[in-house]
Amino acid sequence: MEVRQIAEKVYEITCGTTHYRIVNQKIKELVAEGAERIVLKEVYGQRYIGTGIRGNVKIEIHGTAGNDLGIFLYGPEIEVFGNAQDGVGNTMMAGKIIVRGHAGDVCGYGMRGGKVYIEGDVGYRVGIHMKGYKNLIPTFIVGGKAGNFFGEYMAGGRLILLGLNRKPGEDIVGDYCATGMHGGVMYVRGEVPERYLGKEVKVFETDEEDMKILREELKGFSEAFNIPLDEILSEPFTKIVPVSARPYGRMYAHRWGIASGLIK
Amino acid sequence: MACYSEMSGCGLAGIVNRDGKKISGKFIYDSITSMKERGNGMGAGYAAYGIYPEMAEYYAFHVMLDDINYESEVNAVLNRFFKVVKKEIIPTKSVPSLYKKTKPPVFYRYFVEPKEEAKLPMETEEDLVVRAVMTINDGVKGAYVISSGKNMGAFKGVGHPDEIGDFFEIKEYEGYIWLAHTRFPTNTPGWWGGAHPFTLLDWAIVHNGEITSYGTNKRYVEMFGYKCTLLTDTEVAAYIFDLLFRKHKLPIKAVFAAMAAPFWKDIEYYKERGEEELYEMAKMIRMIYAPAMLNGPFAMLFAFKDGVIGFNDRIKLRPFVAAVNGDTVYMASEESAIRVICPEPEKVWMPKAGEPVIALLKHCSEDSVCHPA
Repeated sequence: MEVRQIAEKVYEITCGTTHYRIVNQKIKELVAEGAERIVLKEVYGQRYIGTGIRGNVKIEIHGTAGNDLGIFLYGPEIEVFGNAQDGVGNTMMAGKIIVRGHAGDVCGYGMRGGKVYIEGDVGYRVGIHMKGYKNLIPTFIVGGKAGNFFGEYMAGGRLILLGLNRKPGEDIVGDYCATGMHGGVMYVRGEVPERYLGKEVKVFETDEEDMKILREELKGFSEAFNIPLDEILSEPFTKIVPVSARPYGRMYAHRWGIASGLIK
Repeated sequence: MACYSEMSGCGLAGIVNRDGKKISGKFIYDSITSMKERGNGMGAGYAAYGIYPEMAEYYAFHVMLDDINYESEVNAVLNRFFKVVKKEIIPTKSVPSLYKKTKPPVFYRYFVEPKEEAKLPMETEEDLVVRAVMTINDGVKGAYVISSGKNMGAFKGVGHPDEIGDFFEIKEYEGYIWLAHTRFPTNTPGWWGGAHPFTLLDWAIVHNGEITSYGTNKRYVEMFGYKCTLLTDTEVAAYIFDLLFRKHKLPIKAVFAAMAAPFWKDIEYYKERGEEELYEMAKMIRMIYAPAMLNGPFAMLFAFKDGVIGFNDRIKLRPFVAAVNGDTVYMASEESAIRVICPEPEKVWMPKAGEPVIALLKHCSEDSVCHPA
């Protein structure tokens, strides 16, 4: 590992195959010293980058970001020039992650705030159990396609799938999409085959209000990857929302609750 | 939580040069060592193909001995089945950190030629080799055959991948196919025989995950004379592969359709889509080979003399990435493990669940491939 200062409050770390503990420790030290931008070069799968730091620091990653990039992220902005692996934005709280490439499985797991933009495809189980509360609304936007279990058990937030690189006849999303979804909203550019959708959701066409949200959310994505917003919005979107806020309520709830009419 | 890929650890890596050109062990060593975090130092191993070109016509037996005194008994069994052409202790280097964990066993390698008169009626040469392996593993105390193919070998033990790689001097070998594994034992003990790869004849397997259907699979292969003696689930996958591929001569895709069978609803969908033949075939494979289906979360790499095949369980509960650069195909648990040895591959992708990545040598077509007899 090699660290050097390239400008005022800007540092560069050449990571190579240095252990993630050492790299992350160094990042924390530099942030504590007032660094505003940290450029990581030659990243080979170092995990947990960006976690444990608060504030407005910007981290640039050149190489392949390791698992759980930005886990519990609380403020920083991370930009990856390359691909990311599994668990991008796991349980993220605030901040922004931009990946200029593809990302792996279980991204955005339990995410509760902030924004994640992935330029390419994502793997399986992306956006599972995303949450939202009042004005804390996480947004996860995928420019490419997604694998199975997209938005499984989703409880809040906004999950947007664009499939911009999709070839004719190719599925935009895999099986078990939105299974057990009970909160939040999912927008898919194009159609989702009925057989892939969970029983707990309903599909709608987008209305004025939805287009306003999409326009607002996609603005950042369009700027990040330099794709015209009108081009993204040139195709109709499918809106997927849950039928019930408690799809399994009756399955687990106490008999008393059902009998007394408190649980429907 | 099953869906969280890091929890059960284990890392795997594979390299195949489709031209059959030799690659130094240094590359696989660097690749697997970069994923050290995925293991806990309780098991690592390598498999290499094309490492014994001068002895390519003989079966190379790598045998692990708890005590050097057991060698005479192994020798006695081998002499019953084979003409032993050459035998030697596998050279190892001193790695002090390894000795803090366990006392390493002794490793012997034998180059052998099957005796015609040792064959039972109806038995092929491969059957004889399999029987010899089972006899030693099951019958000779403290001795385990860890590989038994031609022009290939397995090297494994209790340690981190760099420790095991240094111990066996992996960087000194050159092969056209390499597999490697770093282990995080969960359900079964971390011992020298339980490290990956698992091999039989020239099949080698490395595995990340667990086979929850182990009981069913074990009983199934035992009906065909295989004996599971290495105290871990992965072993059974090697034997199922041998049974389906070599003995039953199933086409390569059918083998994987049996081991990671599609769900019934997906099979029904083949029919809806008008693919009657595929529907019938998938249905039959699922019914006939039900006990060969591997359940549970896994990613696996299979290697044999003609190539490497990587595949996932059908809902992809373990990570698996593949890449191509020129004539070389890479597979690993993490993309970074590929980029460490090949920074800019032409293509990198995350294969779909249950869909095998088949990387064969150029001279093999998928149909002709490798029913060895």
